[in-house]
Formats: sequence, C-alpha cells, structure tokens
Amino acid sequence: MSSLAATDSQATREGVKTIQPAWVRTMHWINAVAMILMIMSGWQIYNASPLFDFHFPKSITLGGWLGGALLWHFAAMWLLMINGLAYLVTGFATGRFRGKLFPITPSGVISDLKAALTFKLAHDDLSTYNYVQKLLYAGIIVVGVVIVLSGLSIWKPVQLYYLVMLFGDYPTARYVHFICMSLICLFLIVHVALAILVPKSLRAMIIGH
Amino acid sequence: MARKRSFLIPGVDKRLLIKDAVKVMPDLTRRRFISGGASLGALTLLAGCDVLDSDQAEEVLRKVSKFNDAVQAWMFNPDALAPTFPESAITKPFPFNGYYDVEDAPEVDGKTWKLEVRGLVDNKKSWTLDELYQLPQVKQVTRHICVEGWSAIGSWTGTPLRDFLKLIGADMRAQYVWFQCADSEGYNSPLDMRTALHPQTQMTFRFADEILPRAYGYPMKIRVPTKLGFKNPKYVVSMEVTNDYKGGYWEDQGYNSFSGN
Repeated sequence: MSSLAATDSQATREGVKTIQPAWVRTMHWINAVAMILMIMSGWQIYNASPLFDFHFPKSITLGGWLGGALLWHFAAMWLLMINGLAYLVTGFATGRFRGKLFPITPSGVISDLKAALTFKLAHDDLSTYNYVQKLLYAGIIVVGVVIVLSGLSIWKPVQLYYLVMLFGDYPTARYVHFICMSLICLFLIVHVALAILVPKSLRAMIIGH
Repeated sequence: MARKRSFLIPGVDKRLLIKDAVKVMPDLTRRRFISGGASLGALTLLAGCDVLDSDQAEEVLRKVSKFNDAVQAWMFNPDALAPTFPESAITKPFPFNGYYDVEDAPEVDGKTWKLEVRGLVDNKKSWTLDELYQLPQVKQVTRHICVEGWSAIGSWTGTPLRDFLKLIGADMRAQYVWFQCADSEGYNSPLDMRTALHPQTQMTFRFADEILPRAYGYPMKIRVPTKLGFKNPKYVVSMEVTNDYKGGYWEDQGYNSFSGN
C-alpha cells in the first residue's frame, strides 16, 4: 500500500492526470472480488435446481454443495451490496456518472460501434469514454441494480413482496436473476478482453493514471 | 464434543473408523464445504490474510450466517402474509421432495400415531389423530419454496399452530418450537416462536382437500409459508417448546437456520 501511495503523490506532483480516482479503483476491485464470489457460488446454487437443460461444471463453482454455496452467496452479497451502494452514492454525488457516462446518444453509439468493430476506435484519452463504453458502463450499472433487486426478491419473497411484484412473481424473479448474471458474464468477457488489449486502461484502474 | 467422544470404541483406530463411515454415508450428507483452491484464494483476498485453512473459512461463513439469522429476524414482519393463490394455480402434480426417495418415505400408522408434546407447556398430553382432527381447520393455497430454488403452489388444510400452542398452554415467550419426525434418520427442525405464531403457520392434515398423503407427510406436516421448504417438517411425531437451540437435520449441515421467505 505504501508504495502505491508514494506513486500516487509523485504523480500528482508531476501533474499527471488522475484517470481513475482512488475511490473508483478501490470499489472496482472490491466489486470484482464480490462479483466473482457471487457468480461462482450462484452457479453451484443453480445446479441444485437448473432452470435450463444444463448445469455448470463443478470445477468452476464455489461452495462444494448447495449449503456451502448458499453460505458463500449470502456472505458475499453484503460485500456486493454495501460496496455497490457506496459506489452509486459517490458516483452521483461527485458528478462522475453525469460527466463520464452521459449523455448517451443513439447516433454516437452507432458511429462508435462501427469504429470499434473496424478497430478504428481511438483509446488515446482514457479519461473520456466513447459512446460504446458509456452505453456498456451505464448498462452494466443498471444490470447490477436489477440483479440485486431480483436477488432480494428470491431471498425474501414474503417480506419483500412488493419487490417480487416488480418482476411479476417468484419464478420470474429467478429467471431475471439468471439473465442478469448472464449479461454480467458477457460484459466481463468484453471488459477483460479490452483491458488486456489496452493495458494502460488496466494500469489506470490499478495505480490511477 | 463430549457427545462425539462417547462414540469412540476402545481398540478401534478412530481415523479408519471415520474413513469407513464416510464411505458408507450417502453423498449429500458428506461434508463438502469448501471446494478447491479458488475459494480459499478468494477468501484470502477478502480477509487480507496470508494463510487461511478451510476451517477458518468455514468459521467466517458460519458467523456471517448467524448474522444473517439476526438480520432475517429483524426483517420478519409477523403480520406480513405469504401471497395466496386461486385453486387453479395449484401445481399438479405437486413435487415430492426429501433426502430419501418417495418409496422410502416413512409409513406412519395413523391409528397408533400420537403427537407428543414436550417442554414449556402446561398440558403435556399426547394427541391422537382423531383428537387433532376435531380442532378447527383452515385452508391455505400458498407457494412452497425450496432451498434449491424451485417452487410449487399447493393447498394445505389444518389447524393454525398458534391456536394449538394456546390450547396446550405453551409458553409463548419461549424461543423455539422444535419438531421431530418419523423418518429413519430422525429429521428435526427448530422454528422460531415468532414464526410459530404467524397466522399462516399450520399443523397440516390435508393436502388438496384429501387426507395428507404419505408423500407429503402423513399424518401431520407443519406448513410454514414464511420459511423455505426444509423448515416445513413432514411425518411430525413430536413438538417441544424450548429456549434451547437444538439444531436441525439440514441446519446442522450448513443451511441457514432462519431461512425465512
């Protein structure tokens, strides 16, 4: 930690622009750990009563059996929820969401998507998101909110009945929860692939610039 | 621990004994708590510790589960009713579920069966099925939700447990009502008193207007629509009003004890 802090203060002194402030980096990596725990234990829980005609290989699940997976899931949920809530509050309060993610225009998304697919999308300035990034990052926050709400509905379908009503009924909330997990996994594939393709973005998420 | 030690037989290697016992155990009852290095690595990240063995990981998870019991007790609204459904919504066929197959389900003789009442109650008399059938009954069509995630809507008819607890002069300030069942492994489960007194918690004698079939827990099941299915014991033979946490068949293996809906 001390070496990271030293790099940070040096960077500030030399006037290097901070791309990812410390709170974003901290919450990003806490979220990464919580998400992986939730997804892997969630797959094990899914296996106990699969919604579709497949199950997840045991080697990529967490918990060993249903009871263990549930303990992991209902422990990691606190990490995910508290960190996620802090992220939302800070994101709105600091104006980061407004500045970084909005506005999102359809024409902007289409032109940037074309550029991205033909490998012409520039990543020179990491502090500004292109429209594809804006859409994905804003979208994944919405998915994150929905996966928590559907998860709470499955966990407490009587006490939080009004939440269940939002999704229709208990079985539908289960499907919504699963679909959100799938969307997060798809996001993760793209997100991790791009972080590897543009290593300086990964560096910025670790040391800030 | 004292209970475990008393099982040891002089002259028998306890390690070999445990090894053999584990082989004989059915797969589900074996403790398979932590799988692989991934879980340990993840918890190491979480706790910021260098070394964590699986016992420590298990200990942390158990503490969080205890904390979750308290959170759920705090969230539990004794007046919040589980949603009810029209008869047309009933799941047919209603699934059988248990740690045993349906053909191995307990076969209870209703003529000789008696419900034993123990603990902090004024009247400890045992109840025959005919006596219980005399009590006022109500019907509910509610969703049964299994810890595995699936759910099914069923129709249960019986006596509200809180009416029975009043009738036998139970101490309503006690912590738990602890149920024991007729199956070979001695299924049991504790129910917190506030849930026991919930208006929809029921001593069930009928399913879909018929005498409770063997598959669904003849002669008596405890239907608790505000709890997961494993806290709805079937083939109940006794109830004990108690302040002691006596554990339960699945609770002891790691399922969250409150497991409220």
